[in-house]
Amino acid sequence: MTIQRRAFLATIGGGALTAVAGCSSITGEERPQPGVAGETLTLTTTTSTYDTGLLDALNAPFQELYGVAVDAVAQGTGAALETARNGDSDVVMVHARSLEDEFMRGGYGINRRDLMFNDFVIVGPADDPAGIEGMSSATEAFATIAEEGSTFVSRGDNSGTHTKELIIWAEAGVAPGGDWYQETGQGMGEVLNIANEQGGYTLSDRGTYLSQRSEIDLVILVQGPIEGGPELLANPYGILAVNPAVHPNVNYDLAMAYIGYITSPEGQEVIEGYRANGEQLFFPRALSEDPNFQQYVPEGWSSDAPES
Amino acid sequence: MPPGTLATAGPPLLVSFPFDPVYVRSIIGVSLYVSVLAVVLSTAVSLPIAVAMGFSEFPGRRFLAAIITTGMGFPSVVVGLVVLFAVSNQGPLGAFNLVFTREAMIMSQFVLATPPITAISMAAISGVSPDIRDAARVLGGTRVDVALVTIKEARYGIATAILAGFGRAISEVGSVLIVGGNITGPDGVSKTRTLTTAIQLEARQGRYETAMILGAVLVLLVLLVNAIVVRIGDEGVMRG
Repeated sequence: MTIQRRAFLATIGGGALTAVAGCSSITGEERPQPGVAGETLTLTTTTSTYDTGLLDALNAPFQELYGVAVDAVAQGTGAALETARNGDSDVVMVHARSLEDEFMRGGYGINRRDLMFNDFVIVGPADDPAGIEGMSSATEAFATIAEEGSTFVSRGDNSGTHTKELIIWAEAGVAPGGDWYQETGQGMGEVLNIANEQGGYTLSDRGTYLSQRSEIDLVILVQGPIEGGPELLANPYGILAVNPAVHPNVNYDLAMAYIGYITSPEGQEVIEGYRANGEQLFFPRALSEDPNFQQYVPEGWSSDAPES
Repeated sequence: MPPGTLATAGPPLLVSFPFDPVYVRSIIGVSLYVSVLAVVLSTAVSLPIAVAMGFSEFPGRRFLAAIITTGMGFPSVVVGLVVLFAVSNQGPLGAFNLVFTREAMIMSQFVLATPPITAISMAAISGVSPDIRDAARVLGGTRVDVALVTIKEARYGIATAILAGFGRAISEVGSVLIVGGNITGPDGVSKTRTLTTAIQLEARQGRYETAMILGAVLVLLVLLVNAIVVRIGDEGVMRG
């Protein structure tokens, strides 16, 4: 498998080099080796993009194409943004728009792009003690779990999934707490394992759940919008470069090259084609014929309105 | 040895995970590189301190000893956070770009390994009979000679100290995860991923079997290092 992958990469890389070399002979401007070759890009991201294996699939062609190394550090969304805030990473790929907006408003992140999406699903034991199966509303399902006092395992780690979970609790009008509510402070995979062992419910991104489904007995009880569920369970991913004016040490050129690659038709195709256990985990979202100005700015921001 | 064991045990358990020997060898390599270097540095710093404190009485000695022994119980995650703060772009060592590097991992392992090595060496050195030191001095030994004789007498204790430090370093997961970032580079070659953080990654994804295999590799590795150190110690006895 690895050997096949290498051969595949070698083919891609070779093709890319040939293409670049071809450019140089025509325009005389491009060099056969990109100017960024040999550099390292530090990407902080969420556990979901890493643990599903998507990042490996995305980064391998990029690394070959540019002759660079991508150091992908899998943290939660909150931690990934905090690392970037300290200038310790060059580019961030996360999934919590409210935290991304805060990051942009602080001046730390620029050139935000919509990248891809999948959705969240509410998973639980097959016997479904709270009886939420098939509910069309995430808030109703959460409220029922709370009412029944069924075990709910929370990420509790300021990640994108945790942020979404808190939004759902707030919209359901429930302040989660008590014996049934367990904050673990762990990654998605660990939380799925814990919920699996305790027969509890949890909110999971579909990608991590699907990639781990063969290891656990939890089933999807409330679907996300990809399978016709409520829009509240949408899970959009964004990518941002760290502002080089705030942190002059960051590798801004390479960060933009990465954002360029990942939002290009080639990068989006990798996302579209990525499968785990035979299922598509992420849906590309960067390509659009119509302008999408809101992706560059905090949600709801308008130059006409005063900055809140 | 380890990679071979994995190659035979691997295929039935692992379907999609690229558990190839290159990957496993590289994480073993990073584990050893970081831990061994950290322990060597720790030993170089710890031994003179242990000798000085084991030999002499001075005001505040007990207090200092208490601080060192407290350090043995210092949570590795806290050490990781402190080192991260130091090497972060915003921290005092920010200019060196050490975040998510092996060097930062060595720093945190050094901080973790130094207290046990110092404390256990100190105990061993304190246990050396004063007669031996006196004899060395009477025979015209300089301070360095006396120190060397003492270290030689206490070598078993010091070897235990070094092994304790090594054990703490190589089995530690919290701080290397924070300052190292658990990174593998292109082609699945580890950059800052150690056996422990690789185990953590497998466990996080619910792949307990592969996590256990890596755990077995770790135990084998520690056993091997212990055997080598004990062997060296025994040879020293035969010669001396």
